[in-house]
Amino acid sequence: MSVEQQDLNLLANEKRGRFQLEAGQDLYGWNEVTQGSVLPAFEGDASNVANQKAEERNYSDYNSYSATVSSWRVIKPVFNIDVCIDCQNCWVWCPDSSILSRDKQMLGIDYDHCKGCEVCVEVCPTNPKSLLMFSEYEDLGDALASWPEKKKKEKK
Amino acid sequence: MAVEFEVNEREVWDGNYAASQALRQADVDVVVAYPITPSTPIVENYGSYVGNGYIDGEFIMVESEHAAMSGCIGASAAGGRVATATSSQGFALMVEVLYQASGMRLPIVLNVVNRALASPLNVRGDHADMYLGRDCGWLQVSAFNAQEAYDLALCAFRIAEHHDVRLPMMVHQDGFITSHTAQNVYPLSNEAAKKFVGTIDPVDDMLDFSRPVTYGAQTEEDWHFEHKAKQHKAIMDSVPVIEEVFAEFKALTGREYKRVEAYDMEDAEVCIIGLGTTVESARVAAKEMRKEGVKAGVVAMRVFRPFPYEELREVLKNVKSIGVTDRSSPGGAMGAFYNEVSAAMMTSESRPLVTNYIYGLGGRDISIENLKTIFKEQQANADAGHITTDIQQFVNLRGPKLGFFKSKRS
Repeated sequence: MSVEQQDLNLLANEKRGRFQLEAGQDLYGWNEVTQGSVLPAFEGDASNVANQKAEERNYSDYNSYSATVSSWRVIKPVFNIDVCIDCQNCWVWCPDSSILSRDKQMLGIDYDHCKGCEVCVEVCPTNPKSLLMFSEYEDLGDALASWPEKKKKEKK
Repeated sequence: MAVEFEVNEREVWDGNYAASQALRQADVDVVVAYPITPSTPIVENYGSYVGNGYIDGEFIMVESEHAAMSGCIGASAAGGRVATATSSQGFALMVEVLYQASGMRLPIVLNVVNRALASPLNVRGDHADMYLGRDCGWLQVSAFNAQEAYDLALCAFRIAEHHDVRLPMMVHQDGFITSHTAQNVYPLSNEAAKKFVGTIDPVDDMLDFSRPVTYGAQTEEDWHFEHKAKQHKAIMDSVPVIEEVFAEFKALTGREYKRVEAYDMEDAEVCIIGLGTTVESARVAAKEMRKEGVKAGVVAMRVFRPFPYEELREVLKNVKSIGVTDRSSPGGAMGAFYNEVSAAMMTSESRPLVTNYIYGLGGRDISIENLKTIFKEQQANADAGHITTDIQQFVNLRGPKLGFFKSKRS
């Protein structure tokens, strides 16, 4: 699989990961912050939001969807579609909803919100694993090229 | 639909019963509570109203006061009218959550029956719990008797839930002396009370599924300061609403409340400042002092938060010497109330003499004679033109006379 197939903006709308939480942009003054630090999750009427996919929702700027936490990560999971069996284990276990999956097909990682916790790798049942951790600075192509071979069962 | 509870034009209620009747009439959506002495009867009475079908709202018993205030926060964030009651150790356990409630700007009404904090363990009244709550970001009003506990509890819903305020509010009454002393109380009719309090118009309610919101966001050094400043500004800006609600209540009942109450202060040269039941005793003592030729008056703090600095300056502008009474162990400083009165007077034209009296801890009585002694000492200060005693003294304490700090005059 080529690196191009691992689309880093997979299933994103234009809001995803727009802000760096630590960015030095002009922040609101005391008179502009919301009352009680209560934050609306969406712009406009969100009555139908449960029926919408993430990329269709009108997330507000206050929503964590609009902020990226990629800088928190030291190691990153890399996904290898050639080995994946679409069991959805990683999708179920990911604590940050950062496994991108549609119609029970695993598509990739949301690198804007993944914090590199490694849970997805831990729960992946394939041989070799379809998700492995690499240094944050490792090139995706190099990572996929260095994927391990299937382990043989040890004879008793 | 709830059964109507009949109230007479005049009732004989203690402070707890009066507060629980105010909650009943205010048609509270959710009361979450863990009863503690001496506020127990507020919740106990309310529970009996629920059991007897007088209440439409929910009544939830929980495992602790921490949980009680947590439940109140959930119900208030959901958009309901919410109230509870506590005192003393229970209040202390609630404190962490009190900050959460005010930070989220949730208009919860908390009836606090003031009582000492252990150790030593004590069930009697003093203001230690109220002082513990003074930095929690809540509005605080003090009732001096059962009637006021009732009136102010009704007003509290109007003030707290007002969209220009949206802050939680405590209504304080003295443990046992107010909470358990049956007195004449003139309640509003159910209909009049309901009309006065009105219905809550929720803000950012979590039950509005068309607009999901996050409560309890995390803020670090980049946002926290702005949010706390906005909250403080809201507390300061609540003054016009408090005055508007008090004015409306006066028009309805004839009973007038001011943020600072003044008694015999028109020509007073010396005065005692206090709050709670001691105010009424001090008023009696002031009348007696006047017969002895001392121009004595009493100033009472109705609204403790926001602290009425400007009104205090105005009412004290012609006074020469002031005795500030603190009913809480000061813990290595001047009484907090003394410090605040002093801060107000330090920046006034007249800069009167101000002394501090620690009294009544753990329910210890303060007698008319004790109060007269305070007036006499203020008169001596006024005559001498300087403070003639220790600046901080203890009233009605056994053992050798205890006092701290002297005026530095050189």
